[in-house]
Amino acid sequence: MEALFLSVRLALCVSAILFAIGMPLAYWLAYSRWRGKFLVESVVALPLVLPPTVLGFYLLVAMGPRGPLGKLWQALFGHGLAFTFTGLIVASVLYSLPFAVQPLVASFEGVDRKLLDASAVLGASALRTFRRVVFPMSIPGVLTALVLSFAHTLGEFGVVLMVGGNLPGITRTVSIDIYDHVQSLEYADANRMAVILLVFSFAVLSVVYGVNRRVGRRVWATWPAR
Amino acid sequence: MTYISKILGVAALLIMGSAVARGQGAQISVAAAADLTFALNEIAKEYESQTHNKVKIVYGSSGNFFSQIQNGAPFDVFLSADLEYPRKLQAAGLVESGTLYRYAIGEIALWCPANLSLDLKNKHWNALKDPRVQKIAMANPAHAPYGRAALEALQKSGIYSQIQPKLVYGENISQAAQFVQSGNAQIGIVALSLALSPAMKSGETWEIPGDMHEPIEQAVVVLKRTKDKPAARSFFNFLKGDSARGILVDYGFTFPAHAPVAPSTRREP
Repeated sequence: MEALFLSVRLALCVSAILFAIGMPLAYWLAYSRWRGKFLVESVVALPLVLPPTVLGFYLLVAMGPRGPLGKLWQALFGHGLAFTFTGLIVASVLYSLPFAVQPLVASFEGVDRKLLDASAVLGASALRTFRRVVFPMSIPGVLTALVLSFAHTLGEFGVVLMVGGNLPGITRTVSIDIYDHVQSLEYADANRMAVILLVFSFAVLSVVYGVNRRVGRRVWATWPAR
Repeated sequence: MTYISKILGVAALLIMGSAVARGQGAQISVAAAADLTFALNEIAKEYESQTHNKVKIVYGSSGNFFSQIQNGAPFDVFLSADLEYPRKLQAAGLVESGTLYRYAIGEIALWCPANLSLDLKNKHWNALKDPRVQKIAMANPAHAPYGRAALEALQKSGIYSQIQPKLVYGENISQAAQFVQSGNAQIGIVALSLALSPAMKSGETWEIPGDMHEPIEQAVVVLKRTKDKPAARSFFNFLKGDSARGILVDYGFTFPAHAPVAPSTRREP
């Protein structure tokens, strides 16, 4: 149970951080006309195609005393970044980045350009246009981004295995806990946790897809009245 | 004959042809515990030079291989870091009769990179209390045999409660070594066989006395589902021979007194 709560806590932190950095990044990706933009898009999408072992390996080296992240952390806080909860957050933010950014980009791009032009002509600043036009019309995308980053972090395994160090209450997430039970041939215990995770993930996804559909309709239906 | 069966026929001929072209030597597929990574490569090379057979080795955690073999993984020979797994496979009737053999006993060691100068040779366990040591890596005692031995040794040395908050756990003994090599942990309790490997030789090593923990008995079996029994058995017999034992000694393995393998007395997990 401790492992499950740890995973939920990790997923909540990661979703919040991804929400904060995903928003401006997605906005820039949706509206920038810079020719080199495709390069940034590729970097954001990398965790989708890279095996967790590649990410885990580089993170392990980067977090070590000779790596840039490790050096920075040592200077700031006097200890390394690997085997800490903060280290897991850093790893998970990278690992789940495309799951937050891509739905946001898609929904920002889906907003009708004419509405943006109208807002600008009426004298609204870019920020005001974002707050009053783009964001309300992108609620389904925002929800999808939040839930996918939450669910993806909850289900993370390979990267955590490589940089976590399996510390109870700190880095032993629910997927690691299940793996340990299977390794120890404790199939009943593994099954208990796995079922909880399965039901939980299904419930979260269903709620979100359900809500997403309804919110989507309502936003479109009520928008002109606001 | 339909078009498709013609294509299949040609494909089958091509596959058979290429098999013949490769020569008469058999290919032996071996699953081996991670602590053997360097020693077994040398043994296999020696074996290949003496026979026409090829040895293909996959390294990993013994527990993983155990589950895979139970579910029909196509290995011919299995070298486990824990005697329990081959015993269980034997009990399940998956092992060629008379092929359960304890080929070595694994030893554990404290290991750290040379630049840390922790002076392991003189400080022994006390090196773990050095303030520069923030993290100590070991294999997970819940399921890795080397982790179990490391935990026993730490407890017996009386140092466990003082250093317990510094411990981090690798999934197997290789990962524990990797945590230290990458610098994320400063010191580790690793398999002596890995500490003596080319990649880690330059570091400091202190061999933990064997009486600090239950012996880590390693065992090999030939699996019943092997397609080429003579080849698999010849590799099995090669492991008992002097040249294989010599290589194992080089990598810090020791040997059990050769009594036949007694039935397990350890409690089931």
